Formats: sequence, structure tokens, C-alpha cells
Amino acid sequence: MNAPAAPAGSLLTAEDLRKAYGPTVALDGAGFSIHPGEVVAVMGPSGSGKSTLLHCLAGIVPPDSGSIRYAGREMATMNDAERSSLRRSEFGFVFQFGQLVPELTCVENVALPLRLNGTSRKEAEKTALGWMQRLEVDDLAKKRPGEVSGGQGQRVAVARSLVTGPRVLFADEPTGALDSLNGERVMELLTDAARSTNAAVVLVTHEARVAAYSDREIVVRDGRSRDMERAV
Amino acid sequence: MYTHCVYTVCRVLGMSIGHTLLGLLESGPRHGYDLKRAFDEKFGHDRPLHYGQVYSTMSRLLKNGLVEVDGIEAGGGPERKRYAITDAGITDVEQWLATPEKPAEYLQSTLYTKVVLALLTHRDAGDILDNQRSEHLRSMRILTDRKRHGDLADQLVCDHALFHLEADLRWLELTAARLDKLRVEVAR
Ligand SMILES: Nc1ncnc2c1ncn2[C@@H]1O[C@H](COP(=O)(O)OP(=O)(O)O)[C@@H](O)[C@H]1O
Ligand SMILES: [Mg+2]
Repeated sequence: MNAPAAPAGSLLTAEDLRKAYGPTVALDGAGFSIHPGEVVAVMGPSGSGKSTLLHCLAGIVPPDSGSIRYAGREMATMNDAERSSLRRSEFGFVFQFGQLVPELTCVENVALPLRLNGTSRKEAEKTALGWMQRLEVDDLAKKRPGEVSGGQGQRVAVARSLVTGPRVLFADEPTGALDSLNGERVMELLTDAARSTNAAVVLVTHEARVAAYSDREIVVRDGRSRDMERAV
Repeated sequence: MYTHCVYTVCRVLGMSIGHTLLGLLESGPRHGYDLKRAFDEKFGHDRPLHYGQVYSTMSRLLKNGLVEVDGIEAGGGPERKRYAITDAGITDVEQWLATPEKPAEYLQSTLYTKVVLALLTHRDAGDILDNQRSEHLRSMRILTDRKRHGDLADQLVCDHALFHLEADLRWLELTAARLDKLRVEVAR
């Protein structure tokens, strides 16, 4: 039912994850695995533990117990510096609300992860603009987040999440705040971009129309996961 | 794939009456009249069974070895026969419940029946809903892909089908959230 054995060639694998916040059990033996280039939807009702699973997989929140392996390495054995370097350069993030820095222009926002990794401003903004073109928001480069629409802001956030060339993109309800037309466009562009770079996408969503952009789904209920492909 | 006119209401209902009656027999042997009463109570709110449907269905199940006659009350017509499910009958119900439905119109009565029967027979109704979601998503992926690579006309046609599948799925999610309540209610 849960915690499937790590399948060969998987990039990120979790087994038997448990996590409690005080008396609240958020994860109760959840498992997960994803291959390079794969888009996996994490579905389930609100409060079932989807975001907690994503945070654990991304090394943002440590699980109470269980194993998470990225590229063959056990995450619990890495120190904080290693984990945060992983998050900066190997992982990309998109959340429901873009979380762009309001004081920066859109292109500066997209370039930010590269700047934090020490890339020069010129170089970083050039790469950033390339990604903005792919997400069809390059004309917004000089605007600030407050001056663009929700759908545009979310595409800027997707560009930012991909700018470092991550191997895993974590997206938590990336279209949750958008109408269906904008949501679909974001999903199309996000999955196209991820496929072109062979990034794996962990896509948390409770919406079936969004999950339909995935290759397969796992369902989380009461902190336990069910892999629908392997379960059959 | 979501297709119009493949299933009519009658066909879907007709196909599931046998399984539904079989499922009702799992908790113990029942007479014909008792089966009809139980069916009407649990599933027949707006469409009670005719006695004729019960007898024709039961004789088909008898012929196929899925039920056997367990006793006959004195002085009786066919409604006085007592039926019991066979091992083959139990396997048949099991397979029916485990196989997700092809996404189609008028699905909800079949799904509702499956969920209630699973609860009545102490099976995992959540599994049925999960498997059905998975089957629906399979269709939605195909439609989404077609939409991505198609022209505007394709997009509109696919969107229509996608919205209908999504409506089914929303019902599935809501039902999943209400399983505990439903379990209590069907047990009454
Ligand atoms: N930081 C936190 N502190 C306390 N409880 C939390 C925290 N994060 C999540 N939870 C609880 O853990 C459970 C799972 O939450 P979450 O992973 O956010 O679910 P989902 O993303 O599926 O809605 C919920 O009951 C939630 O209230
Ligand atoms: Mg969440």
C-alpha cells in the first residue's frame, strides 16, 4: 500500500515518512518516488499531508523518521549547508502565490537564484530573460510584481524556479490562485519547460484538470500515500 | 475516453442489478421478496425493481452458478425461494467492485451502488474511489494531450469532455470525504 521499494533509476525516493506537529500527525508512513523527466501529481484532500510531503522531499522540513534519498544519497546524512545548497541549485520551487520580491523587477526576480549562487548580474539577467521568453513573459522584464496579473506573476515565478536548471521542480498548488485559462497556460508552459530540461516535477494539486498534466499520480490520505500505478 | 451514447441509463442499470443483488446476498441468504425490498431500500429510491426483474435476474445467476436455492417456503411462488451466494458469486462481486468503470455518462448510479455495496460487505470503499479516480485521470490525460496538440476546435471538444470528467471526480472526492458517515447510514 505505501512505501514502495525504490524503483531502479529513480532520482528522488522516500520511504515510510512520518512527521507530526505536536499531536497532529501530518505524515503516517508516506512513500514517494520520481524519475528524471517525470511529472508526478500528488493528490488528496485538504489537510491530508501533501504539502508536508513536498517539504520533506525538498529538504525544507526534516521528517521524524523514514528515509529520503536524492541521487542515491540519504538526505538525513547531509548537513545543513549541503541541504541548502541542494535546494539552491538542484531544486526549484513554485508555490500557490508566486512569492516574488515586490521591490525587484520581474527580470531581477527571475535572476535572483543565480545571483545568490554568485553569478554576475549581467550573466544572470541574460539567462533570466531567456527563461522569461519561454514562459512568454519577457515583455514584463522591467515591471514590478505589483504591476502584473496573477497569471503573469505565476509564469514569472515558474521562470525563476527553472533558471538554475534544477533537476527537481517542486510545485505546490501552482495554479491554485488562477482561473482555469491562466492555470492551463501555466501548466502547459511549466510541463513543456520541465520536459525540455528533463527535470522531474513534483506537482501537488487537488485539481484533476491540473493533475491531468502529470504522467502519473499518487494519492495522499491521512498522511499515507498510495501509488496508483504500482498499486494496480 | 468520455463517449456519448455508449451507455444508456437502462443498460448501466441492467448490468449492475445482478451484481447488486449478488452483493446483497453476501451478508446471508435471502428470499426473493426480501431481496427486492433490500434493493429498493438501498438503491431503488426513484426506480424500485419489478418482481419480474428479480426473477429473471435470479434465474440467470442460478444458471451461471453464482447463486443457489437454499430453501423454498411452503405454498409459494418464486418470491418464496431463498437464495444463497456461491463462492463463484462472491468472486464475481469482488471482480466487479475492483474493476473501475469506463468513464461515461450516467456513471454515478453505478458508482454509488458500488460504494454502498462495498460498505455493506465490509470492503474498502476508498479503494473503489481511488481506482475510479485513476481511471478518470487516464482519460483526462489523453484529452489534455490531444488538446495541447490540437486546434481550437479540438480544444473546445476536449474541454467539454474534461469538465464532465472533472464533475465526476468532484463527486468522487466528496464521496470519499463522506465515507464514514455513509458507512453508518447504510448499516442502519
Ligand atoms: N507547521 C505546521 N504546524 C502545525 N501543524 C501543521 C503544520 N503544517 C501542517 N500541519 C498540519 O498537518 C496536516 C497536514 O497538512 P498539510 O501537509 O499542509 O496538508 P495539505 O497540503 O494536504 O493540505 C494538517 O492537519 C495540518 O494542519
Ligand atoms: Mg497544501
